[in-house]
Amino acid sequence: MPAARSLLFSPEALDAAIEDLAARMLARPPRCGGEAHALVGIHRRGVPLARRIATAMERLSGNPVPVGTLDITQHRDDLGTLEHLPPLLGSEIPFDIDGACVTLCDEVIFTGRSIRAALTELLDFGRPSQVRLAVLVDREGREFPVQPDFSAHRIEISPHQRVSVHFTETDGEDAVYVDTPPPAAP
Amino acid sequence: MTPRKDLLDIASLSDEEITFILDNAVPFKDLFRRSVKKVPTLKGRTMLTLFYEPSTRTRSSFEVAASRLSADVTHFDVEASSIVKGESVIDTIDTLEAMRIDYVVVRHKQSGIPNLIARNTRTSVINAGDGWHAHPTQALLDAFTLRERWPDLAGRRILIVGDIQHSRVARSTSHICRRLGMQVAYLAPGSLMPRETPPEIKIFGNWSDAWDWTPDVVYLLRVQSERLTEPFFPSAAEYHRHYGLTDDRLRILDQRALPLMHPGPVNRGVEITDAGMNYSRSLINDQVENGIAVRMSVLYSLRPEPL
Repeated sequence: MPAARSLLFSPEALDAAIEDLAARMLARPPRCGGEAHALVGIHRRGVPLARRIATAMERLSGNPVPVGTLDITQHRDDLGTLEHLPPLLGSEIPFDIDGACVTLCDEVIFTGRSIRAALTELLDFGRPSQVRLAVLVDREGREFPVQPDFSAHRIEISPHQRVSVHFTETDGEDAVYVDTPPPAAP
Repeated sequence: MTPRKDLLDIASLSDEEITFILDNAVPFKDLFRRSVKKVPTLKGRTMLTLFYEPSTRTRSSFEVAASRLSADVTHFDVEASSIVKGESVIDTIDTLEAMRIDYVVVRHKQSGIPNLIARNTRTSVINAGDGWHAHPTQALLDAFTLRERWPDLAGRRILIVGDIQHSRVARSTSHICRRLGMQVAYLAPGSLMPRETPPEIKIFGNWSDAWDWTPDVVYLLRVQSERLTEPFFPSAAEYHRHYGLTDDRLRILDQRALPLMHPGPVNRGVEITDAGMNYSRSLINDQVENGIAVRMSVLYSLRPEPL
């Protein structure tokens, strides 16, 4: 039996959620003043999310929003036990990180481990003055003390369920689903 | 890809594995431009270099690569006097097991020693050159350097010049070049040309014929001083005149805007001149830098068997 899938965000709802995140981020400017917002997306789906938030912020504010990308593979705490090694996509920070105000973007926060890894990778590029976190879906189940500053949706689902965020850029469609795998055979 | 245990030669790598290693070396090289040139990938792991044959560059390249992956690095001193019989290699394997080493980098003048060690230990073994057999990380760094120049290598022509017969570099590098779709030719004196070569490799006995083949890149091999004796070749000067990259040949290279490669260390005045070392299209320094990135990528792709 395949996984049961229910729709959480339609393409229109996804657009609206990103627009709303952008507006809220502009309404709460970073403390450090001076240089405005810079976004950094976490590979893979945090990257299209960051790009779209940046586009919306540019449209709303009229100011350019630089976007960087982070590959956290080498900071994963489970790297030594993965059955398949992920290809490395590399990190690219096209702005000066020292003193910058950075908002990390990821599609889902769950255990908090990815964000822990992303912070370590980000700090290898320099010393930002403030780092915030924006996610599309905030899922219950934190294992590390990390909380998002901005989230579009909060959800409590059981541990075997999964939130699947799809972007046209990475998956050929815009949608957010909750997948429920079939119960294991007795 | 699924992690491999060992890297012993290019032939045992799948096309997918070759591409995986070369692709991942790109972000590793980007790391060198950051303020922190280090990732925690191999934190808590130990790499040992076990060199039965002297080498400064390959060994230090591996050591830098492992350090940038946060591994601990240690060197096992092999006394030149305790020249190694089968037995003592087996003893060394027992030592590796007891020390709980995760990665061992082996160079040995006898072909097959890295394979012997790999078969008898859970440690991941990387061949850093064994006899005339293989030098897979040199081949990978050469392929990476060529791919930086031409993203698609298919149809490009590489001319490898020098002591082909005794060169593990020629063997491994020509193998990976052919796997990536390049055409390969050898230029060497008859005494330094292997008796048998794969039929698709062109064989030249002089530079004039090799120029007519219109190579895209020239790869010089190091002439080992012990080969500069009868019956291989009468003298260094003689070798230089007939097969070295003389200043006249360098001018042709320059006119045709061809890049130049060499695995190092070079013998000035034998296979290359001082002018050749200053050639603007030389990729020799790129090879050294890329060697670190490629060896990081190799270490990332390997995993020892669990304890």
